[in-house]
Amino acid sequence: MFVSKEKSQAIANAAESLEIEGRSLWQDARRRFFRNKAAVVSLVILTLISLLVIIGPHLSEYAFDDTDWSAMHVGPSIESGHYFGTDSLGRDLFVRTLMGGQISLMVGLLGAIVAMLIGTLYGATSGFIGGRVDQVMMRVLEILYSFPFMFFVILLVTFFGRNILLIFLAIGAVSWLDMARIVRGQTLSLKRKEFIEAAHVCGVSKWKIITRHIVPNVLGIVVVYATLLVPSMILFESFLSFLGLGVQEPMTSWGALLNEGSQSMEIALWQLLFPAGFMVTTLFCFNFIGDGLRDALDPKDR
Amino acid sequence: MKLLEVQDLEVKFATPEGDVVAVNKLNFSLDKGQTLGIVGESGSGKSQTAFALMGLLAKNGQISGSAKFAGQEILNLPEQQLNHIRAEQIAMIFQDPMTSLNPYMKVGVQLMEVLIKHKGMSKQEAFQHSVRMLDAVKMPEAKKRMSMYPHEFSGGMRQRVMIAMALLCQPKLLIADEPTTALDVTVQAQIMALLNELKADFDTSIIMITHDLGVVAGICDSVLVMYAGRTMEYGSVRDIFYQPTHPYTQGLLKAIPRLDTQGETLPTIPGNPPNLLRLPVGCPFQQRCGFVSEQCQQAAPELIEFAAGRQRACFHSFTNTSGSQS
Amino acid sequence: MTKFIFKRLLEAIPTLLVLITVSFFLMRFAPGNPFSSERSLPPQVKANIEAKYGFDKPVVEQYFNYLKNLVQGDLGPSFKYKDYTVNELVAQALPVSAKIGAAAFILAVLIGVSLGTLAALKQNSWIDYLVMSGAMVGVVIPSFVLAPVLVLIFAIGLKWLPAGGWNGGAVQFMVLPVVGMMMHYISSIARIMRGSMIEVMSSNFIRTARAKGLASSYIVLHHALRPAILPVVSYLGPAFVGIITGSVVIETIFGLPGIGQLFVNGALNRDYSMVLGLTILVGALTITFNAIVDILYAVIDPKIRY
Repeated sequence: MFVSKEKSQAIANAAESLEIEGRSLWQDARRRFFRNKAAVVSLVILTLISLLVIIGPHLSEYAFDDTDWSAMHVGPSIESGHYFGTDSLGRDLFVRTLMGGQISLMVGLLGAIVAMLIGTLYGATSGFIGGRVDQVMMRVLEILYSFPFMFFVILLVTFFGRNILLIFLAIGAVSWLDMARIVRGQTLSLKRKEFIEAAHVCGVSKWKIITRHIVPNVLGIVVVYATLLVPSMILFESFLSFLGLGVQEPMTSWGALLNEGSQSMEIALWQLLFPAGFMVTTLFCFNFIGDGLRDALDPKDR
Repeated sequence: MKLLEVQDLEVKFATPEGDVVAVNKLNFSLDKGQTLGIVGESGSGKSQTAFALMGLLAKNGQISGSAKFAGQEILNLPEQQLNHIRAEQIAMIFQDPMTSLNPYMKVGVQLMEVLIKHKGMSKQEAFQHSVRMLDAVKMPEAKKRMSMYPHEFSGGMRQRVMIAMALLCQPKLLIADEPTTALDVTVQAQIMALLNELKADFDTSIIMITHDLGVVAGICDSVLVMYAGRTMEYGSVRDIFYQPTHPYTQGLLKAIPRLDTQGETLPTIPGNPPNLLRLPVGCPFQQRCGFVSEQCQQAAPELIEFAAGRQRACFHSFTNTSGSQS
Repeated sequence: MTKFIFKRLLEAIPTLLVLITVSFFLMRFAPGNPFSSERSLPPQVKANIEAKYGFDKPVVEQYFNYLKNLVQGDLGPSFKYKDYTVNELVAQALPVSAKIGAAAFILAVLIGVSLGTLAALKQNSWIDYLVMSGAMVGVVIPSFVLAPVLVLIFAIGLKWLPAGGWNGGAVQFMVLPVVGMMMHYISSIARIMRGSMIEVMSSNFIRTARAKGLASSYIVLHHALRPAILPVVSYLGPAFVGIITGSVVIETIFGLPGIGQLFVNGALNRDYSMVLGLTILVGALTITFNAIVDILYAVIDPKIRY
C-alpha cells in the first residue's frame, strides 16, 4: 500500500512487453539495471548494511539487552566500545541499532513474502478461473482497497497480543492487494496467448499448464514487485513499533529505536540519529533499486 | 509577390546517436490560391517541413534557411509573433483526427477559443460564428454538436471539426498533413471534396502533404516529391503525372493500383527508405534505384531546374529514365 | 450524472457494512474480554459491568444492537473513560485531526501539483532536477523521522515554533505537524504530476492547440491541466488514507488531542468500543472519500460513461 502507483503501473507495462518479446528482454533489463549507477551503488550499500546487521552484534562486547546503570546516555566513543553511545538504560546503541535492523529487515522480507504468496495465489486463481468467480473476487479486492488497514492492523495487534510473528503476518496480509491485481492481469493476458491455447488443445492438463507455463511466466514480475514491497513493509513495521505497538522490549527495531530517540533527542541526539540514519539509508537504497528496476523493465524517458 | 517562398529549409534533430537531418535544403514557393502537394513515403521529412513552417518542431529540432510568408520571415520567430501567424495566417490540420482534438473539452469550446483569442469576439459571437463554420464543413446539427465531446464524433466528423477550426480565421494558407490517411476510403473522398470546395470558397492556398498520389491528382496544382529529406522532383501536377523524370517519381506512379490492368502483380519500389542516421554517400535513393551508376555512389545529385518550373535531382539524362514510361 | 453519483454512493453501503461486521466480530472473538485486565473484581461486580455493556447477551444480538445504535450515530460508551461515550470523546478529538489533516491534504495537493507542473514544463532544467531530488527525499523519509528532526531544528534549535501541543489550534502550533505530515504527499503528487504532465504536453491535441496560436500559459491551464491531473486524482484516495493513518504518528509526536491519539490510547488501554468506533468512523470516511474521488474523476474525464 506504500508502493507507488507509477511503479506498479510500470511493472505491469513491462510485463506486457516481456511476454511479447520473450526472454532476451530480461537480459536487456539486467544490462540496463547494471548501467544505472544509483541502483548499483544502492545494491552494494544494502548488501553491506545487511551483512553488518547480521555480523555486527557478534563483534561488540555488549549484548543488546545488557543494561549498565553507570553508563546511561553516554555519547558515542571508540574507547568505551559504545560506538553509537548508549540509551536511557545504558544499553549499547550500536548493538541495538544492528539488532533492530535485523528485525526490521526480517519483517520487511517475511512480510513481502507473505504478501507475495497471498497476492499471487489470489490473483492467479481469479485470473485463471475467470468469469463470475473473477468478478466476485475483484469486487472483494475493491472493497478491501477502501479499508483503513493500518487501523485494522492496530486492532489486530491490540486484541491478539503484540507478537512479532503476528505483526509480519498482519502486515503481509494487508499488503497483497496490488500484487493480486498485477498477477491477475498477467494471468488473464497469458491465458489468451497462443502457446497456452496450443497446450490446451494438445491435451495438457490444467495443473501442468499452471505449473509449467503460467507460474514461470508470472514469477519474474512477482519477484520484482516483491522487492518493491520490502521497504514498505519496513516502514509499516517501524510505524507500529514507533507507536509502541510493534516489537516489545527488550527486543527492538528501527521504529522502536526512533521512538526512544525522538523522546530523548534534546539530551542525547545520537539516539535518534543512528537508527534514523540506518533506516533512511536503507529506504533510499530500496527506492533507488526500485526505480532502477522500473527503468530497466520499462525504459521510457521520464 | 509569392504567398510563400521557402529557401534552403533545413531541419535537424539532435539525438543521442547523432544529428538527424530530416529536411535537407528544401526550396519551393506557392502563389495565392494555389495548391502544392508534398509527396513522399513516411520518414521522408514532409511532415517535419510543415511543422517547421508552423514552429511546431519537437524541442530538439533546429531550423535553418528561410521561409517568407507574404514577404515576412516566419522561421524561428519568437512565440508571441508566431501565435499571430498561426491560425490567423497559416492554419494546419493533422493526420490523426482521433487524437488531434482535446478529448477533455467540448468541441464548441475548442472552436470558440480560436475566435476569442485571435478576433477578440465575445462568447456569443464566437458561438454563432463557430456554428456557421461547422455548417460550412457540412456538419449536420451543428448547434447541437457544439456541446459534445470529441469521443462522440466519428473520425470523419472529427476531421471536419479540425477543418472548420483551421478555417475560422480565414487563413491565407492551410497546411493539411495527410488529412485523410486515418479515415475510411469513402470518408476520404468526402473530406477531399470538401477541401476542394472550401479552397474555392475561402480563396485559401493549400499545402497538401500526402503519400497518396490520387489525392495529389485531385487537388494539387504543383507537386514536390521528397525522399530522405530532399527534393527529388518538382513541377506542375501535369508534368509530374505525364512526364515524370526522376526514377523515384516513376516508381511511385507505377505503384498506383489500376483497375484496367488485371492479373498482374503490382510493381513496387524494392527495399525501404534509408535510415536517416546512416545515409549512404551520394544519392539517397541509390539502393533502390534501377538506374544506379558509380556516379550516384560518389556524390548526391544537385537539384537542377531543367525546364521552366521543373526541377529534378538525378544524374541520369532525361531520356534515359523516361524510356520505360508508358 | 446525478444517477451516477447516487449509484456510486449506494455502492458504498455494502462496503461499509462489511467493514463494520468484520471489525465487530474480530473484536468479539478476540481472546479475553475487555475487563479481564481489571483483575480483582468480585464476580458479582464483573457480571454487573458485563450486563451494563450488554456482554451477557448472545453475540449476534449484541451485533444487531450495535448496528441499531450505529444507525442512530451512537458508538456506545467508552470502556476506559467510564463517564464518557465514544461519541463525546470523538467530538472533542475530531476537529483537531480534521483541521491538521485537511490543511496537510489541501496544501499537499496544491503544492504538489504546482511543483510537478513546473518540473514538467522545465524538463531537464535545474528546476526540474531540484524539484525531483527534493521529491525523492520527501518520498523516502517517513514522517516519524521527519517530524522529530523538524522539532529539533525549528522548535529546540531555532525556537521559532512550539515543539508540540494544540493550544486551541493556533496557527504556530499547526505549522510543524502539518509540514511533517504533508511532505511525503507533496513529493508523491509532484512526481505523479510531472510524469503525467510531460506525457500530456507531448500529445497530439496539445500540438493542435499550439497550431491554433494559443499562448503557452493558456494551453497549460486550459488544455493540459485537466487530463494531466487525472492520475493525481486517482492518488487522492490512497493519500487520504495515508494522511489519516499518518495522523496517528504525528499526533503522538506533537501531543495533539486528535483521533489518532485517541486511537492509540484506546488500543494500548484495550478500550474496545473506542477502537471499534474509530475504525468504523475512519472506514466510513475513507469509503465516502473514495466515492467522492470516483465522482470527481467522472466529472473531469468526459469519456467515463455513467
